[in-house]
Amino acid sequence: MKQENNKAHKFGMVIDLDKCTGCGSCMVSCMSENNVPFKEDESNKKDSITWMRVYKLTNGKSFPDTEIVYLPRPCQHCGGKGDHGHSPCISVCPATATDYGYDTGIVSQIYTRCFGCRYCMGACPYHARYFNWWDPKWPEGMEKYLSPNVSPRMRGVVEKCSFCYHRYQAARDTAYYEGRDDIEEHEYQTACTTACPAGAIVFGDLNNPFHKVHQIVKPDPHPDTRNKHVIGKSRNPKVFRLLERLGTNPKIYYLSEREWVRKQGDNYLDGEWDEIKNHHGSSSHG
Amino acid sequence: MKVDRRSFLGLGLGAVAGIAVSPVGLKLTDDSSIWTQNWPWTPVPVDGEVTYESSVCSLCPGSCGISVRKIDDRPVKIEGLADYPVNDGGVCLHGIAGLQYLYDPARIKSPLKKNGDKFEEISWDDAIAIVADKLADIRKKGSPEKLACIADKEQGSVSGLFKRLLKTFGSPNFYTMPSLESYLEVTAAAMHGEGKTIAFDLENSDFILSFGAGIIEGWGSPVNCFKANASRKERHAKLYQIEPRLSNTAANADKWIPIKPGTQADLALGLCAVILKNNLFDSNATANFKGGFHKLAAILQKNYALSKTAEITGVKAVDIEKLAILFAKAKMPVAVFGHGRGDGAQSLKELAAVHTLNCLVGNINKKGGTFVLPKNEYLEFPDESMDSIADAGFAKSKTGRYVNQLIEKVNASSQPAIEALFVYNTNPCYSLHDPKSVKQAFGKIPFVVSFSSFLDETAKEADIILPSHTFLERLEDVPSCAGLAKSVVGLTKPVIEPVFNTKNPGDAVILIAKALEGSIAQSFEWEIYDECLENITSGIWDSLSEDGHVVISDGPGESTAVNVSFLADNPVTIQAQGDYELTLIPIDNMRLINAGTTASPFAIKTVSDRVLKGSDIVIEMNPLTAKGLKDKGFAILTTPMGNARVMINLNEGMMPGVIGMVEGLGHTLNTKNMSNKYVSNKGVNINDLIGPVIESGSGLDAAFGIKAKISKA
Repeated sequence: MKQENNKAHKFGMVIDLDKCTGCGSCMVSCMSENNVPFKEDESNKKDSITWMRVYKLTNGKSFPDTEIVYLPRPCQHCGGKGDHGHSPCISVCPATATDYGYDTGIVSQIYTRCFGCRYCMGACPYHARYFNWWDPKWPEGMEKYLSPNVSPRMRGVVEKCSFCYHRYQAARDTAYYEGRDDIEEHEYQTACTTACPAGAIVFGDLNNPFHKVHQIVKPDPHPDTRNKHVIGKSRNPKVFRLLERLGTNPKIYYLSEREWVRKQGDNYLDGEWDEIKNHHGSSSHG
Repeated sequence: MKVDRRSFLGLGLGAVAGIAVSPVGLKLTDDSSIWTQNWPWTPVPVDGEVTYESSVCSLCPGSCGISVRKIDDRPVKIEGLADYPVNDGGVCLHGIAGLQYLYDPARIKSPLKKNGDKFEEISWDDAIAIVADKLADIRKKGSPEKLACIADKEQGSVSGLFKRLLKTFGSPNFYTMPSLESYLEVTAAAMHGEGKTIAFDLENSDFILSFGAGIIEGWGSPVNCFKANASRKERHAKLYQIEPRLSNTAANADKWIPIKPGTQADLALGLCAVILKNNLFDSNATANFKGGFHKLAAILQKNYALSKTAEITGVKAVDIEKLAILFAKAKMPVAVFGHGRGDGAQSLKELAAVHTLNCLVGNINKKGGTFVLPKNEYLEFPDESMDSIADAGFAKSKTGRYVNQLIEKVNASSQPAIEALFVYNTNPCYSLHDPKSVKQAFGKIPFVVSFSSFLDETAKEADIILPSHTFLERLEDVPSCAGLAKSVVGLTKPVIEPVFNTKNPGDAVILIAKALEGSIAQSFEWEIYDECLENITSGIWDSLSEDGHVVISDGPGESTAVNVSFLADNPVTIQAQGDYELTLIPIDNMRLINAGTTASPFAIKTVSDRVLKGSDIVIEMNPLTAKGLKDKGFAILTTPMGNARVMINLNEGMMPGVIGMVEGLGHTLNTKNMSNKYVSNKGVNINDLIGPVIESGSGLDAAFGIKAKISKA
């Protein structure tokens, strides 16, 4: 145990798409936790700030064989090629406004450093970053519900999901105060995870074999045999990541029993999927 | 000094070198980035001590336990309360966004009096005096029964106080809005006797047959249902969903059975017929049947033979037969009714037909089946003191059976059928079918008093508004209902001082009663509502106030008789009104609210742009129905009740011939002084396009959808 605790954390998530109902609790919990503003018209989804966004997927078949699945998408907290911390957004930020936490695996965003060039938004393959085109405005009096744990952002900066980093800090402070070295799994959970009424989101330390997220994902610690840049590929055949072959090494894993859902995790050429669908993280090495 | 070429270059280079190594440039850039982001108008939330307070959310009948995180005395976040018997830590998006209601721009900040087409602020004393004077006049005229009240529900102490005020005043005219709970009670009354309600033990059932109930779209106690649904996988329980549209529930179910809109009752009876024919019913259970079981069986064999049912419903005969056998042979099957959220229009034929399935397989009062429970009665009001006027008025019959009939009567009579109306915690001028006629009726009632917290469509029609605290500002008992298998009473507690000059509606009622004096005042002996609540819940108050909730029962009730006389009379199936080719049906979306409170700005923000785009509502239709209409194009949707400009969403999950429109949009919460632009003037209120169709016998508005046509805009 002691040894596990000294290892760097790698916080991540696995989302069970078969359980997700698309209810939107995670989105609102995130907005409320992180002081995300709102404006009169939020139906232009390109400028609607939603750190957590729920996408609707369909299998494309016609009535009555149509199927729907919802896919919640927070920031993927990419480890970058080879999982070395060179996430797409971090590599392009001229202001070091976004950085990689090597002790947590969390991609940070420091609003006061950001000067709004939006290179990171262009670099992010997951559209997980949002730009403040306007100053946030709350109706009179409503600013009283804002949480002091997260600074409200101003016009001209980029924001995104932080894995509720302030909750990690709070948990760490408590542990320190109580003279503990490390935090328990339940002490640090993101706002979306705790809000999900279906229990579809599991959050924890991917490096910690005692954490549920590790047990579901069973990440392969070695580079993928097909692509050496891919680290942590799941050994669970029902688990996938979005655009995994890019080598961005996201820490958000998705779980689905349905093959068509797993196939929508990436864009495949004809015939490619059949070749790849049974290729999982290998348990042979390690 | 002579500047030659050499010294010029030297000076130049020196300057370049100087600027390059000087920190001034960097410092200026840094400063400018700091200054450009130093927006004094961006709020800086004040830090303070963190505390958590437990309460119960009463935004919907779900009654979930919530934990409110506070910084000093400011609530900053609502989360689910772990271990609460209803929701065990889970919470829905509307509950999480609850804090937005506190500071809602459409909140009513003090009592209001209508003057012409404007509202004027008045004091509480004046407001109560005006209401009391008006009521005293009505009483003097000798027609106390002409005071009516429409509330959201019958349960709970606040509704109890309204009822008590009406009774001691001398009026039987207390109405509740249609809701899943009201349908459960209507069904129980028709089949098991008065004073009962029905609950569904979804979390223990191994086969849930849902006739359009949006198990994960806000039906019942939403979070409880979410959890029951999510645990299906581990429990190996199946969910079969029967409805014309691939809803989220249908998509999440093990099987979706598309069915022609409005024919669910027929399918349920068809399934009953198969079960009877193949002797798959529980004979112990059918021994309890009365009211013409053999007559019903004969009708089923005659009118609901497989091929006939298949023709009516559009479901294949083999599938009907398979489904009936699967249902009957499951260990703990349960059939569930209620389209979408379950609070929309509904026919007793359908309610009874679906529940007959439960009765036939003998799951009544068994684990995993349906529980027939006595209505949650934990309140002990002291006896009222009634004077002769009260006795005479209260003995008269109600003006209408349900709200719809009340509205109809008011509109039909030339003399005021109702002299004064109280509206509490509900918005009939928005959420009943054909709201225009509801508003017309409100216009004909000389004196309307609203107890709303928000200036919604109904409050706007009021003469006096006595604004209520929101659920975060008041003490109140919240009984669970809406089909929850456990009877739980929760206690909503104030987590913040009232933000505006509002009152607990219970206090407003007590003040009105006291101002009316005499026997009415005597029946309201409490100084304040909080004292009243403690007094009338005395049997459970200690644990209620200490634990925040009391579980009254969490298991099946006693065995009960089943009366099938309503179905044995072979009632007709309600047809959609009109003769256009297509059928418009309502869609319940978890992210929107149809009845009661309006969705919050956060909830509206989560709504897909394939549901709401700008201020345009998006309707769903199958590409086969579109006939030249393009995805994302505009069209005019026409029904016998009116028309609306809509955007098109071609959706393969929609049965051809059916158009779906979401419920809960098209609010108009704006007046000259107040507006909630985040929520208001977005899309169309589907209720404007649908008129009530009353089922004979039951008196229920049973219009599930309406006939419609669509043409290019």
